[in-house]
Amino acid sequence: MIISAAVAIAEARRGRLGERVYSGRSRAIFERGYIAFKSSTWMVILSGFVEPVLYLFAFGYGLGELIGNIESNGLSIPYAAYIAPALLATSAMNGAIYDSTMNIFFKLNHDRIYHGMLATSLGPLDVALGEIGLALLRGFLYGVGFMAVVAPLGLIPSLWGILAIPAAVLIAFGFAAVGMALTTYMKSFQQLEIINIFLLPMFLFSGSFYPLTVFPEWLQFIIKALPLSQAIHLVRGLTLGQINLGLLGHISYFIVMIIVGLFFTTKRLNALFMK
Amino acid sequence: MSSPLITARGLTKKFDEFVAVDEIDFDVARGESFGLLGPNGAGKSTTMRIIGATSQRTSGNLTILGMDPEKFGPQIRAHLGVVPQQDNLDMNLSVSENLYIYGRYFGLSRKFLKAKIEELLEFAQLEEKRNAKVESLSGGMKRRLTIARGLVSEPEILMLDEPTTGLDPQARHILWDRLFRLKEQGVTLVITTHFMDEAEQLCDRLVVMDKGKIMAEGSPAQLIKDYSTKEVLEIRFGSERNSAMADQLRGMCDRIEELPDRILLYSEDGEALLEKIYSAGLHPKTSLVRRSSLEDVFLRLTGRTLVD
Amino acid sequence: MSTPHIRQGSLEIVDQEKIISRGSLYVAQARLTAMMKWIWMILAIAVANPVLYLLSIGVGVGAFIDKSAGAAGIDGVKYLTFLAPALLATAAIQGAIDESVFPTLEGFNWWKNFLGMNATPISGNQIATGVFLASFVRVVGTVIIYWFVMLAFGALESSKAWLAIPTAVMAGVAFGSITQAIAGLLKDENMFFVIFNRFVMMPLFLFSGTFYPLSSMPIYLQWIGWISPLWHATELGRYLTYGHALTQTMAITHMVFLLTLLVLGIFFSRRIFTQRLAK
Ligand SMILES: Nc1ncnc2c1ncn2[C@@H]1O[C@H](COP(=O)(O)OP(=O)(O)O)[C@@H](O)[C@H]1O
Ligand SMILES: [Mg+2]
Repeated sequence: MIISAAVAIAEARRGRLGERVYSGRSRAIFERGYIAFKSSTWMVILSGFVEPVLYLFAFGYGLGELIGNIESNGLSIPYAAYIAPALLATSAMNGAIYDSTMNIFFKLNHDRIYHGMLATSLGPLDVALGEIGLALLRGFLYGVGFMAVVAPLGLIPSLWGILAIPAAVLIAFGFAAVGMALTTYMKSFQQLEIINIFLLPMFLFSGSFYPLTVFPEWLQFIIKALPLSQAIHLVRGLTLGQINLGLLGHISYFIVMIIVGLFFTTKRLNALFMK
Repeated sequence: MSSPLITARGLTKKFDEFVAVDEIDFDVARGESFGLLGPNGAGKSTTMRIIGATSQRTSGNLTILGMDPEKFGPQIRAHLGVVPQQDNLDMNLSVSENLYIYGRYFGLSRKFLKAKIEELLEFAQLEEKRNAKVESLSGGMKRRLTIARGLVSEPEILMLDEPTTGLDPQARHILWDRLFRLKEQGVTLVITTHFMDEAEQLCDRLVVMDKGKIMAEGSPAQLIKDYSTKEVLEIRFGSERNSAMADQLRGMCDRIEELPDRILLYSEDGEALLEKIYSAGLHPKTSLVRRSSLEDVFLRLTGRTLVD
Repeated sequence: MSTPHIRQGSLEIVDQEKIISRGSLYVAQARLTAMMKWIWMILAIAVANPVLYLLSIGVGVGAFIDKSAGAAGIDGVKYLTFLAPALLATAAIQGAIDESVFPTLEGFNWWKNFLGMNATPISGNQIATGVFLASFVRVVGTVIIYWFVMLAFGALESSKAWLAIPTAVMAGVAFGSITQAIAGLLKDENMFFVIFNRFVMMPLFLFSGTFYPLSSMPIYLQWIGWISPLWHATELGRYLTYGHALTQTMAITHMVFLLTLLVLGIFFSRRIFTQRLAK
């Protein structure tokens, strides 16, 4: 009997860990994303990069003139240098959330693209990783692009700042994994809006524009537990060169987000498509 | 004879309390063209998805190429080409990109796919449309592309869920022709349909399904022989009078079926029966003698028509 | 099976005259009914939006600005008071855009319900006016709620403050009518509004003297304010809510700018809707 190449490839994975949900081929999903890229998608990505830059100029310089320097961990820092890392973290979050919510929701419920994918020898974890890979690429591009604007302006006083780029990728990964997991539970676009309703206050109060110390203790405590606040403190610690063990805490926070997000995404995709 | 490719015993699928597939048994042999014939909601698509290892059965046994889909989903799917009831082509990609990326999902190499895509475009008569967006294709072209896509991994079994529903007659015939070719090449076909002509044309053997159950099994000819007479006489007296007349006609033939718009009379000789009716002084508005079809088999088995 | 009766003289049931005179009201009513489905969501956003922004930026950022500005304040007042009228106008504009762009895209591209409406005696002009009227109602509601939140925050200092309501509404519907016309032109929106939001709305929001006086921006960026309805409305709002210095000429200029925009917006939406439906 002649064995087709597709069968030989699938058989080769027999007995591997997680073979029922993962075939080691998330690359193919990634490749699809690359081919499906359209000029308008480029514009959307570019626009996501422009947003923090505009905020930086409007707030960092405009408001900075009115505010002057700001205290962070006992150091006095120009306002623009204070908010730049927060804007990078926020744009990594926004990009990842857009990719993993609106985008994925559409594919799940309208395009039926995943039905096609999962009728092949791919598994749901391949799909999740492949889609999230696209969000990571975006996080990476934002990180690099923003640094290229911000560093020449002298807003990255520390050499550690270069690590803000991988940090942006990590942040994007965390948000994308959790965002995709949440999206698999959503039934309508209106429910998706709930995610956005949660994002705006998080953006406004996570210490992007001023230290959390203006808030009462109990509120500070809650805000610090939110992912965007974790992200901002991670990136800010790196760009300002304030390296301490707390950063490891932020990193672990995102690793947990990634694991939890992937776990639930895989589980839900399996449930949705194996009904 | 080699062992069957697909074996189902007591296969059952429940959605909560609702039983969509109810303890069905069947075998599909290598190289045959096997059909599931039944009206909407019979449980055909559900059965197809269970075989396709994209839906989990509630109970019963199922082996595909000797493997249990519950344990070896990806391995089984590598053997199958799937044409779902609803096209799920990738709208963001062109025709040839659809074939390419689908092959990549199976892990096939770029080099292999380059040649394969040419072959499939020719098979699906879509060479001129290779760079067209999927959206711009007609219904028949989309269906052919979906079938071509299902063949990209050179599957042994091609699963077709209502391949021609919604297509115009010409597009259907083109499609049937393509499916015959595949059959000649030895591909095993599993087809669902609610068109009796499609079942008669394409299937070597079929099961008649209704409400999740299998009502009968056999070749189209055998089923007609077993469950119907050679000929059928269709007569109309007008919608008000049909049922009154049906009572008078009972006893004149083997079996009678009363439909809202017409009366079906089953007999070995339709013309002779019609003569008899005229000589009894009854004058139907229209009459037609035809050969029995799977539609009549279904009517006999369930008391309902296939397409409503 | 019974055969349905074919109704004769159905023309008598549809009152042609009535539709011709009130068609746009019917369209507006349909839009408002659709809005009522999300009324709790709309109200929640209308309240939460000002509260969150005024707290985070007005009070939060304000704490740092007021500290460094000292007794002189910004434009003579607390930062919160300075910022609030700009945010009021922003909310009006955002609400107007939502209520004009999405119904228009929906009507022409997604559900194509405008085509259905147009098959009745309702004209393209009436559909355009109806959509505009519905968004007008939404904007009035949003602005009034915002205004009361400002009042609760103690951001209104002048006895003329209530007049900031009509000026903000005017800015909102003026901008909304323009975006309604643009949306009417789009065949394939193709993420147009993601891009529009980031390349047009965002810069307008950030550089219209919203967060600090336009005059403190570099001179080569100040033109953004001049073409921005937001800046014109903000200047009026600041004058009305706390007595920001404004000459009579400038006040009239701001009013005329917004009015002109409104007239152009309505004119072009009606024209574009009619032409598109005539195709
Ligand atoms: N995912 C599902 N959840 C609940 N009910 C379902 C689901 N899929 C199918 N059904 C029900 O199962 C029955 C059989 O459906 P299906 O297999 O699609 O029938 P067919 O393909 O023969 O038309 C139908 O009554 C349908 O409503
Ligand atoms: Mg079906």
